Parts: sequence; C-alpha cells; structure tokens
Amino acid sequence: MTDLVTMRGIDKAFPGVRALKGAEFDLRPGEVHALMGENGAGKSTLMKILAGIYRQDAGEVLVGGQPVDLGSPRAAIAAGIGIIHQELILMPHLTAAQNILIGREPRKAGGLLLDEVALNAYAADVFKSMQLSLDPRTLVGSLTIARQQMVEIAKALSFRSRILIMDEPTAALNDKEVNELFAIINRLKADGVGIVYISHKMDEIKRIADRVTVMRDGAYVGTVDARETPISKIISMMVGREIDNEAPAAPDLSAAPVALEVRGLTRATQVRDVSFAVKAGEILGFAGLMGAGRTEVARLIFGADKADSGEILLGGKRIDVVAPQDAVRCGIGYLSEDRKALGLATGLDVRNNIALASIPRFSKLFGILDEQAMHAAANEYIEKLAIKTPSDRQPARLLSGGNQQKIVIAKWLLRDCKVLIFDEPTRGIDIGAKSEIYKLLNALAAEGKAIIVISSELPEVLRLSHRIAVMCEGRLTGFLPAGAPQEDIMRLATMRGAAA
Amino acid sequence: MSDNFLAGLIGKSQGAGGARYKLLAFGSLILLFVVFSLASPNFLQTSNILAILQATSVNGVLAIAATVVIITGGIDLSVGTLMTFCAVIAGVVLTFLGLPLPLGIAGAILAGAGAGFVTGNIVARLRIPPFIATLGMMLILKGLSLVISGTRPIYFNGTPGFTSISQGSIVGTVIPAVPVPNGVLVLFAVAIVISLVLTRTALGRYTFALGSNEEAVRLSGVNTRGWKVAVYTLAGAICGIAGLLIASRLNSAQPALGQGYELDAIAAVVIGGTSLAGGSGTILGTLIGALIISVLANGLRIMSVPQEWQTVITGTIIILAVYIDMLRNRNAS
Repeated sequence: MTDLVTMRGIDKAFPGVRALKGAEFDLRPGEVHALMGENGAGKSTLMKILAGIYRQDAGEVLVGGQPVDLGSPRAAIAAGIGIIHQELILMPHLTAAQNILIGREPRKAGGLLLDEVALNAYAADVFKSMQLSLDPRTLVGSLTIARQQMVEIAKALSFRSRILIMDEPTAALNDKEVNELFAIINRLKADGVGIVYISHKMDEIKRIADRVTVMRDGAYVGTVDARETPISKIISMMVGREIDNEAPAAPDLSAAPVALEVRGLTRATQVRDVSFAVKAGEILGFAGLMGAGRTEVARLIFGADKADSGEILLGGKRIDVVAPQDAVRCGIGYLSEDRKALGLATGLDVRNNIALASIPRFSKLFGILDEQAMHAAANEYIEKLAIKTPSDRQPARLLSGGNQQKIVIAKWLLRDCKVLIFDEPTRGIDIGAKSEIYKLLNALAAEGKAIIVISSELPEVLRLSHRIAVMCEGRLTGFLPAGAPQEDIMRLATMRGAAA
Repeated sequence: MSDNFLAGLIGKSQGAGGARYKLLAFGSLILLFVVFSLASPNFLQTSNILAILQATSVNGVLAIAATVVIITGGIDLSVGTLMTFCAVIAGVVLTFLGLPLPLGIAGAILAGAGAGFVTGNIVARLRIPPFIATLGMMLILKGLSLVISGTRPIYFNGTPGFTSISQGSIVGTVIPAVPVPNGVLVLFAVAIVISLVLTRTALGRYTFALGSNEEAVRLSGVNTRGWKVAVYTLAGAICGIAGLLIASRLNSAQPALGQGYELDAIAAVVIGGTSLAGGSGTILGTLIGALIISVLANGLRIMSVPQEWQTVITGTIIILAVYIDMLRNRNAS
C-alpha cells in the first residue's frame, strides 16, 4: 500500500531559529497518525509545510508516492491536503455554506451571479456525508467553536482531501464535543482518509491514534505504535534524556513571609479554582502546555482581566484588583509575554520606558517632568542591570531583545514592586542574554522579591524555579519541588479533567 | 427576487442583531419625519420631500461607494475629491473636446474606475494602510482637478442635455404631480445594482469575506489582492456617477469642491449600521443613513435652527451611531 504522504529530511530555518532539522513523517491511508512533541518541537511548522503555508529549505515531500511542490495553500489543496488550524480560520460574517465554498462558488447566469441554491445544496450534501445536522445557511459567527471546527472539516473534505491535518483540534472542546469529533474522525478513517493529529493530550492519543511520531527540537525522534507503547515511553521520547539544568538549591524560606496568595481564582473555563502562595524571596515556576491557563492567571492577578470569583491577598491582606493600575499601586509588576505589544513603548527612549510606571514621582509643579531625576533613576538601573545602551535617550526599539527585557524589569523595580510576574521572560532572547536574565531573577529573589515565572520551556522552569506549579486546562494540577524530573511535570501538564 | 437578495437589502443576512439595529436606524428616520412634520406644516409637502431626496442623491451615491470599501475593512477618504475629478474629466470630454454626451458619461465613470484601480493597487499590492493610501489619493486628485481645469469651473453650456442627468425628471413627464428628479432615480438605481453585486455576485461575496477574515480568504486559495483591487475600482466607478450628478446639478465642474464630502459619506455609512471593522453592512442601511443626514439638515433648517447647530447635531448622531454599533458587537460576541 502506497503511503499518502512521505516527508524526508525536511529543514526549515526562520531568522535566528532552526525550526526543523531533517524532520521526517509519513501517513498511510485510513490511519490517525499523532504528531507529538513539546512546544517549539516543530510540529506545526512541519505541518504548515505540508499544507503549503511555508516552503521547506531542504528535503522532499511525496504525495501518493510522487514528489510534489507544495509552494502555496492552493497547491496543497490541489494535492488533496486539508488543514484544520488550531486557531480556526473562518469568516464569521458568512454562512457555513459560504465559508465552505469560498473561492469556488457555484455560478449561474453565465457566471455573472452566484447560485446560492446550489451552494447550500452542496454544503448540505457534505454535512450529510459527515452525518452532521447543521443548516448550511447558519452564520459561522453564531456557531460554537466545536461546530465551527466541523465547518472547517467539511470545507477540507469538500476539496476531496485524502489527507487531513488537525492541529490541537480538541483544545477548545468539551467532552461531548470531543466524542462527536472522534466519531467523525472514525468515519473518515473508514473512508480511507489519512489524518495527522497534533495533540499534547495522552489520553486522546491512546483513544484515537494508530501511530505516534515524536519530534524534539525540530528533529525526528521516532515512530511507535500508539496502543502498545506506554505513555511514559512517549513522554521520555518527547523530553529526551539529557537534563542539563543546574537547578538552584532552593533557599530555606520557612521563616519568610508569604508575599502573594491567591485563593480559588476562577474565570470562565480558562482559569478554574486556582490557589497558591508565593513567599518573599521565592521563585515559583509555572509549567504547562500552551493554553493551560498560566498567562490567564497572571492577567487576573494583574487586573488585566476580571475574575469571576476568588481572592488575592498581598502580605496577608485582601486586595481588590479590578484594573492594572490597582495591581501596580499594590506593588505587583507584570512582564508580559509579548514585550513589543504589551510591555515596552518601543517608540520611547530608554529613560521614558524605565520611568513609565513611576511618572507621578517625577512630576513637579504643573505636571512638568523632572528630567534630571528621571535621567538619574534610569542610569542607576542601566548600571545595576547592565543594560547595554549608548545612553538613556536611545529609542528602546533599537535595543536587543535581552536589553529590552531588562528595561521592562527596570521599570517595575523603579516602581518598587514586591511581586514580579514574568511571562515567558526569555522568549526571543539569545542564549547569552538568557543566562544574564536568569542571574538577574535569582538576584531579585535574593533581595526578597516574590517572583512568578511562566515559561513554556521546561528546562527554563527547572533551572529557575524554587518550586514548580503545573497547570492543565485552567486547573492547577500539582506542585513539584525544584529539580523534579521532566516526566513528572509532563504527566501533571497532561492531566486532563483532573482536580488539584 | 430571492429571499437572499431581500434579506441583503434589509440587512438580515449580515451580522447577528443586524436586523434589530436596522430597524433602529429606520425607526430614527421615521421619528425625524414625525417630529419635523409636527413642527412645521411645510415639511411633508411634496416639493420639500423631493428636495430632500435630491439633496441626498450625491451624498447617497458617494456613501454607497464608501460602503463597499468599508465592508472590506478599509476606508476611503478620497471619494469626495474623486467625485470632483470625474466631474472635471466630464468637462474635459464635453466642453474642451466637444464630444457627445455619452462619451462624457463614460469618461467620468472610467476616470473614477481608473483612480479606484490605482488606489486599490496602492492598498493591496504596496500594502499601504487604506487610511493613508486614500488620504494621499484625496490630495492627489484634488490637485489634479485644479491642474486640469486651470483652477476655473468648467461649464457645460455646450451640452444642452447635461443638466437633465440630475435635474430633469423622467417621472415628471409621466406623472406630473410627482416630478421625482432623475438624480434620485440614479441614486436608487445605483443602490439596487450595488445591492445585487454585494449579495449575488462573487465580487460581493469576497467583499464581505475580506472584511470578515482576509487571512481565511487567502488560505482558501483566493486571489485576495486582485479582488481588493476590484472592490476599490468599483467604488471609484460609483464616485464617477456621483461626479456626473453633482456636475449636472451645478451645470459645471467646480474643481475646488469635493473635500469634506467624504466625511458626510462615511457618516452616512456609519449611521446606516455598517461596521468600520468590516465584514458587515448593507446598502439600504447606508441609504437610510444618508437620508437621516439630509432630513436633519432640511428639517432643522425649516425649524430655523442655525446651520452651526445642525453640524453639532449631526456630529452627536455619528458618535451615538458608532456607540450603538459597539454595543451591538459586544452583545453579538
């Protein structure tokens, strides 16, 4: 039997990152082939190459045994490859049928007018073949996420796709919807469609997949039988054996006061009943897979979003945080995941960025700013944090990622924050600057700051944290001591539907 | 007419809660009529109603052009000066070159389509944000109109039929009691044709799709750039029609006119419930929006409210309309 897809020796580099190094993958008709790996392992990149969204730098792709050039989404569609993106890509203002047939609308009146009747009939046929009851004239924006996903699948099938890529298809689905999705996947399998299933969730892989291919750091690790291989074996393939972290000796914090405590924090399904405490001088690491709800917890503490319930205590006293300004006033600093968009005013210079959260302190009569005091304060932190900049008047956007991160840290230090929340502190920063940031975080903890670090990179969490909190699907699934094995973290991070 | 077309015209098919909002805009228009007719017996007279409709024709056609661009998630600040540019081109063809009337009409519409084609390429291929691209085009076209005309108005005295494009009344020759000006017929014709284009043709489908999620359209293998250029070209051609209407009404192409018209047009679109975020909107809504603006102006004038206050009231209504649009979107999501 010819394989539907064979990918061999695929290389792909993005500026500054080698995303794929000799990646391999194959897909047989009528199988569900799971593609697994940690965040950043290259799964999505590999599949985007198969879907014609990226083009590989090296390596070959065979479809049905024939080499193909998948240079555009259109070419991939023509080769029978459909992709259901994690973030659904639909047009909410259009109907289900209009979404499915976008770009291929049936025409009438010599091609001048759209044939809406034929359009709806066609979509109804596709839904029927999926045994899905859905009115093709429904606006997509009014459908649930699960139903929108069905529309995406119908769209892919309507191209007579024999190869269907699903990127984290159950991320936003409840158990009942997952069952419906799996029923459809099983029907497609029976029809001989090959399905690539990207997921982090072990229980799902066990239920639906036939084979599992594991990737790590952009490279192929191995392919195993999904049913016979124990979960622990798959996890160890994902995290690899080399553990090169020099986990810091956790300081003795038994006498240290609790700086921040969170009780029963809840927001819709993103954050569910999260409770934890951080002591002064402690670095609490938050591990979990993408979408586990870690950033959402940070945003609730910082007042960027509103909690449905739960309370936040600072130094033992309950505080009301309804907006970021409340958190800042209480001495909580948040260094966001996306520095450029959320943390740094890239158009302003270094001095103004550092002073941004402390402007009232530098305001004199009539709100005139005391530039000299700002200059002095900025220089103090440029020196203290070793920020590499020609002067404090340098526009922040001209600095490297590591130095930009330091500016944001300086901003919160100047504001005299007691609690600092770092969301992906080293994203987009090169390795040299990374270890400097690590040192800085350790020094801040030694000074008595309470620090929360959210990171998708397990080695980073292991290297920094005195204690590790693990989240999965909005719940805190457990705490681990410094230097816990990566396998334990992955197990907690994939504990679906478990309570803390 | 199919259900779909009617739904598109009255705004049921696009956007959750759209129908209710459309009723709100329509209700406001009715309310204005009631208030003004109670306030002044002159308001509901046939001649005054016809004057309101005639006053709506130019802004209404421009607003329709702005609507198609806004549905794609863009904005067009150049509709006003493009209108003038097209009027000047008509003047060049008819008065400077002395060619027959049909060529003047074709020239104005083609000039509009050509300018729209250029704008579309600036937006779609050079990837200049529509606000900037059309701001630049607004000034370029204003300057070109002045250059071509030698900064003087071009009169159409050599083309006797020209004024009847807007001011004549075909209806009046059949039913003398209701001499609906031709300009109003043109407005309705443009509204019906563009409604059909938006709801029944591929171009219309892609107009909404681009505004709803351009990336989704691109990943579906559709030539998004080409279709975007087509949308701006269509909008330009509609501006050409507006240029003919205003030139016919003034019996001249006034090269200094035009700037400021784009704001009235966008105001009509927004009051009519088309979302500036793109993806939804209707021509009927825009027509109602344009009518609300003219009825307000006319009614307040009849009630002897000074011009200055009319402007204040129109501004307030724009802000209210957008605020309601935001509430609607919040409820829908």
